[in-house]
Amino acid sequence: MVNKLITEDTKLFMTGNETVAYAAIAAQADIMYGYPITPQNEVMHTWAKMQPKTGAGFLQTEDEISAGFSTLGGVIAGKRAFTATAGPGNVIMQDAMSMAEMMRLPAVFVILQRGGPSTATVIYGQQETTLTVFGGNGEGFRVVYSTWSNQDMYDYTIKSFNTAWKYRWPTYVLADGYQGKMREPVVCYDPASRGIEMVPTEPYVRAKGIPGVDRPPCHIRNAFSVEEELLECMDNYQAAFDKMAPEIEEYYTYKADDAEILVIAHGIVARSVMTAVDELREQGVKVGLFRPITLRPLAVKPLREAVSRAKQVLFTESALGQLARICLEKMYGLTTPYDTLYKAGFGIVGDDIVEKVKEMQRNLVTT
Amino acid sequence: MAQILTVAPKQADAVNREIGPHKFCPGCGHGMTLNTLGFAIDDLNLKERSVFGCDIGCSLLAWNFMSIDSVQTHHGRTTPVIYGIARAVPDTVGIAYMGDGGGYAIGAQHLVNAATRNEKMLVILVNNTNYGMTGGQMAPTTLPGQKTETTPYGRDVKVHGKPFLGPEMVASIVGEESYVARGTVGNLRQLRGFMRKALTNVADGRGFSFIEVLSMCPLNWRTNNTDSWGRLKTMEEYYKVGELRVPEEIKGVK
Repeated sequence: MVNKLITEDTKLFMTGNETVAYAAIAAQADIMYGYPITPQNEVMHTWAKMQPKTGAGFLQTEDEISAGFSTLGGVIAGKRAFTATAGPGNVIMQDAMSMAEMMRLPAVFVILQRGGPSTATVIYGQQETTLTVFGGNGEGFRVVYSTWSNQDMYDYTIKSFNTAWKYRWPTYVLADGYQGKMREPVVCYDPASRGIEMVPTEPYVRAKGIPGVDRPPCHIRNAFSVEEELLECMDNYQAAFDKMAPEIEEYYTYKADDAEILVIAHGIVARSVMTAVDELREQGVKVGLFRPITLRPLAVKPLREAVSRAKQVLFTESALGQLARICLEKMYGLTTPYDTLYKAGFGIVGDDIVEKVKEMQRNLVTT
Repeated sequence: MAQILTVAPKQADAVNREIGPHKFCPGCGHGMTLNTLGFAIDDLNLKERSVFGCDIGCSLLAWNFMSIDSVQTHHGRTTPVIYGIARAVPDTVGIAYMGDGGGYAIGAQHLVNAATRNEKMLVILVNNTNYGMTGGQMAPTTLPGQKTETTPYGRDVKVHGKPFLGPEMVASIVGEESYVARGTVGNLRQLRGFMRKALTNVADGRGFSFIEVLSMCPLNWRTNNTDSWGRLKTMEEYYKVGELRVPEEIKGVK
């Protein structure tokens, strides 16, 4: 058991990366496995620096492949284990993530998105959205929380551990380089003080007793011999995932009820949308925000309702339509026209959105 | 009329007797290696502390072979899963079981780094000079001149390089606290001794331990009994069987 650092509410001015480490300790995470990649490094730095006080474990691995798989080793051993990565690291960590999906291992992966594809930039982007939501050679049986502030990173890192261990799906905190490197005030708290009880972890291997004597040996696998066996497994997984979805779906709206133009954005871009909404509202433009928080599973019903009410929709993201694709599939049958404001691996500010919305007012889109 | 054997084959307690005959091909060395591992675990009474991990390739068929806690992983990733477990629960005797492709090709970086970091775990690597599960392609360990599906005219060392000397490599990068050996399914008594030493070394929390096991793959080799055995003997000439590193503290372990 790790030692708590935060026992009473403490306001700290720190980066998102530091925040993740503090939140993971607050969530009683036992061990982190990680590999250096920008813009994620300070999660590890902070975690390692706090070790003498927390007594938590840490291993710097030889690559992200190992970081992913050794994290799963920690989970299999019954520990609350996690890792953090970005960009190309996120790509190769999908190998471990797909094993987590297949074996229903509740690991937490924190992603600080950078520019893509390939090495691209170490700065910022939202181009790991599709990868994080649907990566791996499977069906995307994972939960993805998209954060928009450092406080969010604290709250949702804690929440991720509980979602993961309660429902036994791998769970992502999806942030970005801006959030990771930006300093903001964060109220750190002991989850218990908010009535949050940490879901206990259980060992798969090394449970009490001698295997084959006191209990059956644990045999866990991800390989199947025949199609029928796999199909049954996948159908069961889909049913379990669908059952969970309404219990964990989250979204946030801002002045969306009477919005004629509905802007759909996630993560830090949604914050820019808020500033644009305020500015446009002052000018009498009826605009609002719909921000999915869980990108997987998506809050489909509220999304469809908000879109149905609007006269136009604007998708904006620091990628070329990754969030839009996820949403549009779930908007099938709706006829609200939409426009887009995409900047791949580039920040989007309120002025960009104000300008775009005004343009939309002038020329009604029909696509 | 065929004679029915009335005496059951001797099986280790650490081997899962509920699964019936093993799933490996006739003449395969995996069953012999695993049963020997089972005996070594019995000898040291390590069932409770042991965690067995198996790779992709033929080794995955061992996922429920042992009567100890077991996890089947991805190709090349058994080593990180096992040290992930051992790092989380340090008195674990973690055993990563893999083939030559898993350990020397796709998972080589994990083998190298686990060895240099002195992860307290045992890697057992079965060398049958080819990729068995996928149908007999060239492996890092394929012998010079050996025909495989991807070297149909024989392994040409000028094109494909020389066979991978795993224990020699591991022995050169580990410290004095590591145990490194190469055994063979041609001498299971000796292999059991190697495994006892390696397991003791891990159980004592001393250091990374590594055993390569020379094994047979009659199906992909397309060899009968006599020729399989002959091929194993050829391998033993190329790959020297014996101990490469033995920590002082376990020299007395038999």
